[in-house]
Amino acid sequence: MGFEYISNAIHHWLYETFNPSMALFMEFLLVAISIITLFSLLGLVLILMERKVSAWMQVRLGPNRVGPKGIFQTAADTLKLVVKEGMTPDGADRFLFNLAPFIVMITAMMLMAPLMFARGLQIWDINIGVLFFSAISSISVIGILMAGWASNNKYSLLGAMRSGAQIVSYELSAGLSVLTVIVLTGSLRISDIIESQNDGWWIFKGHIPVIIAFVTFIIAVTAETNRAPFDMAEAESELTAGFHTEYSGMKFALFFLAEYINIFIVCAVGATLFLGGWMPLHIGHWQDFNHIMDFIPSSIWFFGKTFLLIFVIMWFRWTFPRLRIDQLLNLEWKYLLPISMANLLLVTIVAITKWHF
Amino acid sequence: MYRETEIIKEPSGNDPVDSGDMIINIGPQHPATHGVLHLVITLNGETIKKVEPHLGYIHRSIEKMCESLSYRQFIYITSRMDYLSSHINNHGCALCVEKALQLEVPPRAQVVRVLMDELTRIASHTLWWGAMAMDVGALTPFFLAFREREMINDIMEETCGARLTMNYTVPGGVMVDLHHEFQRKVKDFIAHFKSKIDEYDELVTDNVIFKNRTVNVGVISKEDAISYGVTGPSARASGVSCDIRKLYPYAVYDKLQFEEIIETAGDSFARYVVRMKEMRQSLSIVEQLIDNIPEGDFQAKTKAVLKLPKGEFYTRVETARGEFGVYIVSEGGTTPYRIKFRSPGFSNLSALDHIARGSKIGDLVAIMGTLDFVIPDIDR
Amino acid sequence: MNNEQIKIAIADLLPSAIIEESSEWLTIHIEPVDWLPLAEKLRNTAELYFDYLFCLTCVDWKSHLTMVYHLTSTVHRHTLVVKSKLDRDDARIETVTMIWRTAEFHEREVYELFGVNFLHHPDLRLLILPDGWEGKYPLRKDFEDPVNIIKL
Repeated sequence: MGFEYISNAIHHWLYETFNPSMALFMEFLLVAISIITLFSLLGLVLILMERKVSAWMQVRLGPNRVGPKGIFQTAADTLKLVVKEGMTPDGADRFLFNLAPFIVMITAMMLMAPLMFARGLQIWDINIGVLFFSAISSISVIGILMAGWASNNKYSLLGAMRSGAQIVSYELSAGLSVLTVIVLTGSLRISDIIESQNDGWWIFKGHIPVIIAFVTFIIAVTAETNRAPFDMAEAESELTAGFHTEYSGMKFALFFLAEYINIFIVCAVGATLFLGGWMPLHIGHWQDFNHIMDFIPSSIWFFGKTFLLIFVIMWFRWTFPRLRIDQLLNLEWKYLLPISMANLLLVTIVAITKWHF
Repeated sequence: MYRETEIIKEPSGNDPVDSGDMIINIGPQHPATHGVLHLVITLNGETIKKVEPHLGYIHRSIEKMCESLSYRQFIYITSRMDYLSSHINNHGCALCVEKALQLEVPPRAQVVRVLMDELTRIASHTLWWGAMAMDVGALTPFFLAFREREMINDIMEETCGARLTMNYTVPGGVMVDLHHEFQRKVKDFIAHFKSKIDEYDELVTDNVIFKNRTVNVGVISKEDAISYGVTGPSARASGVSCDIRKLYPYAVYDKLQFEEIIETAGDSFARYVVRMKEMRQSLSIVEQLIDNIPEGDFQAKTKAVLKLPKGEFYTRVETARGEFGVYIVSEGGTTPYRIKFRSPGFSNLSALDHIARGSKIGDLVAIMGTLDFVIPDIDR
Repeated sequence: MNNEQIKIAIADLLPSAIIEESSEWLTIHIEPVDWLPLAEKLRNTAELYFDYLFCLTCVDWKSHLTMVYHLTSTVHRHTLVVKSKLDRDDARIETVTMIWRTAEFHEREVYELFGVNFLHHPDLRLLILPDGWEGKYPLRKDFEDPVNIIKL
């Protein structure tokens, strides 16, 4: 009873019951509703996870009043944000001010499309899968700059410009480290990349260059999502809250949610490319071992790996101090980018001479 | 020798402001200023051109109030000034009154006062460490620091009844005797804290990101430190030897073995290292004393109402922030004629403008964190 | 240098200074007009080298004000107290901000609390008191505030 069976069954039922264009519309609706549900569920889980993980690291308990062990805390927070007054500052550019959170959120939702959540569970297996990720995630910069500019506030503008510079710079390193795996796989399609990891994940098969790429990737995506230690743009003790200072109520909730969904997406991409996505841990051609590993469902593998990476990124936030904005850009342009480029060269050599497992 | 530093020739209202300058306010309510400090900063892009502190948000006219309080009462107000070194402030005031009355403090009381002083110093530096790490972005050390402070606060609560403003010192000694659990609890704390200090060093001091934020940031030279009147760990990090416990020893400090920590770099990292090492020195002082508390009186016999002879008296003690001076001018009555408190934070703050010019705004938080201000101490 | 040598040095620099030794440190009384030249010499003469001004305050004796400066040398470790009597209605004295930078804030505080005018101070404004307290000098003994001061 794989997911393909279910999706095929629904597809046939829809096309038998309604006329073709109506069936297509119903499919769109179904997909949209499931994405929005996933979006909100993930938001709920991730925000609570952040609070519980940070509490555990700081020798305290975290939310534990609302619901058993605090599991309804995020729902309560979202309800609070919804009933808050959403104020638009005086002199703000109304259209852009209201549009900015939607751009950021729509970008996050669009990025869910090529992800493979389990064997056969994918919305759109586009042939340029990985390129789609890089391209669409760049659009969120527009949303951030719009938010900073339209707020009519010195601090927001400063924060937005810093954020913008940071994201645009780190996209390069992220892109180059992703290319490393593409060179070894030979295809941009997500399902091909995962199928190629049938005999072992790329982080084990492509030894040194892929490990370097993995480390660069984790650093670059932490910076791209404005997470500590790269969160100068929204550091509480520096310039209040950066580009989203003036947002309150539901619009702020959208920014907040979109940030956590972005973390999920980049960790999912990292898990897909480097750790095998939904592919269980296979070691070469050890049939018995692989057979045992296959018993664990593929969705558990995928979510397990993604949440492991999310935990690591949260771990960074509560351990390290913050980098200053010029040190952050220094790190990218003088260290990460040359290392990524050299690594790309290395992995090309490894791929041509087949010096990988 | 003395370096000519640039002095503002006109009052700040007429300062020429370039068109690219931005004037922003930090505070008075702000997560990074430790207390209510209002800074007006003139920025050019990210570079600071001028920092102007506006004080007085917590001015309580302590010096005027003390003119109507008796010599036993005014000591307790000083706990509220630098509340993180409240014991040490009280100690300084009591020493001044005792110097005027030429009162001999029994040895037991002296040792207890020094023990409390050093525990207060450790508590103050621990809170400083947590707040400093939080300012530069590492949020976890704040919680770890408060866990250690809780142990000290519990000891204080059992000894003197209060956790923050411990009014424990009186002219002539201490108010009550130590309770019987004191030695055991302090020994437990020493054992626990020794391992924790190493953990602190591992977590923050050796961190590359932290070093990048603090090395060569906010440098103050030795001559400027003396000229601005900077004292305490901030001055010792620039090479100025100014530990009052070594230069003008009081209580039992001349019989103890401890080092004065001096660094020469003068940057934020040096100030940080000085305070971390001072915590270890304080711990060793507590260790030396905890087994050797002499028996005897805890308070010298004094009259109920103290009358100081006519004259003026100055005493200085080393608080966690620097030199705290008490200057009493007495006309022979039961209340002082004039008291002046020379607070360490006031002089340290006057150096902030000089230090912060030319650095980036992200550095300002690191500089203020290492200079360790407690604003009620500055505003009095 | 011990007190005797300092006394001789001061007598050389400023013969009109009155020296007294009743408190724990050597105290000299000078006229306000002599303060700035004496301060420069105290700071720059190699044997005296008073480079650390650790307390700057003012005392209101009801007939006059007295400025008190506590100086010490970090090199020779000797201390000196300089006092100067000021006229209550026209209290003015030269600033020493150019010599000891710590004086900038301390003199602002004395200005706002006692009303002493420091000539040539770079930025003489209220420091700790809020706006609107110019002209009222709270630490003077004749300061009346029927609302806030309760006399028992």
